[in-house]
Amino acid sequence: MQKSKPLALAAAAFALAGLLAPAGAHAGKTLDAVKQRGSVKCGVTNGVAGFSAPDTQGRWSGLDVDSCRAIAAAVLGDPQKVEFVPLNAQQRFAALQAGEIDILARNTTWNLTRDASLGVSFTTINYYDGQGFLVPKKLKISSAKQLKGATICTQSGTTNEKNVAEWSRAQGLPVKTVVFESFEASFKAFFSGRCQAFTTDTSALAGLRNKEAPNPDDYVILPELISKEPLAPAVKRGDDEWFAIAKWVPNALIEAEELDITQANVDQLRADSKDPAQQRLLGTGDDLGKLLGLDKDWSFRAIKAVGNYGEMFERNVGAKSALKLPRGANNLWNKGGLLYALPVK
Amino acid sequence: MSPRGAVSRVPAALWVLLAAAASAAALWLLRGVPGLEAPRDWLQAHFGFLEQPAGFGISEGWLDFDSGHSYARAFATGVTNTLRAAVPAALLAVALGTMLGIGRLAPHLLVRAVCTAYVETLRNVPLLVQLLMLYFALTHLLPDADAPLRIGPDVWLDKGGLAMPWPVWDGGWWPTGLDRPERTAFGVAGGAALSPEYLAITLGLGLYSAAFVAEIVRAGIQSVSAGQKLAAQALGMRGGQQLRLVVLPQALRLIVPALTNQLLSLTKNSSLAVAVGYPEVVSVANTSLNATGRAFECLAIVMAVYLLLSLLTSAAMGIYNARVALRGWQ
Repeated sequence: MQKSKPLALAAAAFALAGLLAPAGAHAGKTLDAVKQRGSVKCGVTNGVAGFSAPDTQGRWSGLDVDSCRAIAAAVLGDPQKVEFVPLNAQQRFAALQAGEIDILARNTTWNLTRDASLGVSFTTINYYDGQGFLVPKKLKISSAKQLKGATICTQSGTTNEKNVAEWSRAQGLPVKTVVFESFEASFKAFFSGRCQAFTTDTSALAGLRNKEAPNPDDYVILPELISKEPLAPAVKRGDDEWFAIAKWVPNALIEAEELDITQANVDQLRADSKDPAQQRLLGTGDDLGKLLGLDKDWSFRAIKAVGNYGEMFERNVGAKSALKLPRGANNLWNKGGLLYALPVK
Repeated sequence: MSPRGAVSRVPAALWVLLAAAASAAALWLLRGVPGLEAPRDWLQAHFGFLEQPAGFGISEGWLDFDSGHSYARAFATGVTNTLRAAVPAALLAVALGTMLGIGRLAPHLLVRAVCTAYVETLRNVPLLVQLLMLYFALTHLLPDADAPLRIGPDVWLDKGGLAMPWPVWDGGWWPTGLDRPERTAFGVAGGAALSPEYLAITLGLGLYSAAFVAEIVRAGIQSVSAGQKLAAQALGMRGGQQLRLVVLPQALRLIVPALTNQLLSLTKNSSLAVAVGYPEVVSVANTSLNATGRAFECLAIVMAVYLLLSLLTSAAMGIYNARVALRGWQ
């Protein structure tokens, strides 16, 4: 989901024009700055359940939050040494460009336009999202194909609005979309019964059903996804050393799941694993950290701090969370999903 | 001096053209200034994207539109939707506002109190708040789509709005049949429908503007000297006659110019419809600029549309003003 107002867009265009020029002038400095400061500055949302949201004590949690904590653990040895900077959708890229944050982990879709024109580099996909539909259970609909003739609420100026029209055309299912300027008005209209379905990214649909629906059990998310929204953290372009760290830490967490290393068994495996692949991740084999400008235990500390990717998923958005999202595309490649760790060797 | 409206509307359009030309010249002069990227981009504005397929849907309107149609047609649909909301809202505002304005000066205390309460409530609450309240009241109170309320033969009311039969033309002069709304799995479909979004913006805008029109009418009537009314009474006219034949014709000279302003702001206020999901021209522009990235072009179109509508309103009101203006003062 992306959304911007005309003026904000124009302002952002001005800001970017000025900011793009100095990009790349200070290559290799981010790691030094982070070590000197003693914390990683991590750009997050103002609060999206499961991805980055503060609790009542102001403690941040979520999949994106854990992505930042893993990097802090790897680089600084302490997952708590993260400074979270809440940003709205329009501010996020400018903040990264200006160096206000070291990494942007704000459920941000990776696409060509952003990759090629914003002066940022996306690291590793931490959630494969897609646009879906939320419908009231009483309509007894089990598939999006039954939405022929339905009225669908969504937010204007988003990719969602266009995706649903494209889908309706491709499927030959005429639907009527009612679009609102604010996200809040659009889901309120849906919950008041104005529309038979609501559409946005599936992960947001789950949060919406749990937090905003009058009774969450009266609503169901349809199985079909009608667009691809790969969400990935990003760093400022031009610092290859920092980019490599931001890319390989999440990769190590996925590999940890492939190799059955968990938060619970990481200490024991470090003591007695004989598997060279496990040893490399646990800091008892080849020293790969040196190549990243880190020490030998970088990935061991990251896994100990947040667990492997699967544990991160279950805790924040999966079965052990309020969202209860299925693993689906976010499962490992050898379990029917899309996650495939590049070899840490 | 010729009638005021007739000459003044030509310079209005001229001044606008001059201002546009001056802005374009300023941009052209600034094109080489380092660090000022925008003017150069703006000069390269081109509207070729208007011919491409829009790729999004528009939920209602007079024009047939689907996602395969061009951006140009999307904007045309948006403009007609703006008119579809603004014109009935203006008629409602003028009719209701005139009655309220007269009512605020009525001899009867209760009539005066009701009219004053209406005016003071509606003009002191922001329009956006009123629109959202009206819209969510409508969507909550209307019957569910699976249990529509039948208010007449083939007339249904549900959360999808008010559906009624509508004649169908097959190219000839006379309607060849009636398109009757029918109940479907997802509520009532077919015929002509007034959606809750449309009802919210049209009623909301009309009721809100009526409060301002009422004040304009009251001020106009009070500007007519009391002696005129007394003279009419002396001639034996009844209350309605005094108002219609003596007071209002003189009051209109003050009312019409102020009313023109009110109608201009009514048209521009219709852009708040994006908040309640009605697809007028700003909503279409918002979607288009996000899809194409052509922010400057889309905003330029919106500006041009409102400018044109405002100039047309001014011109029409100018002609009317010339008719009610004091005669014999050449």
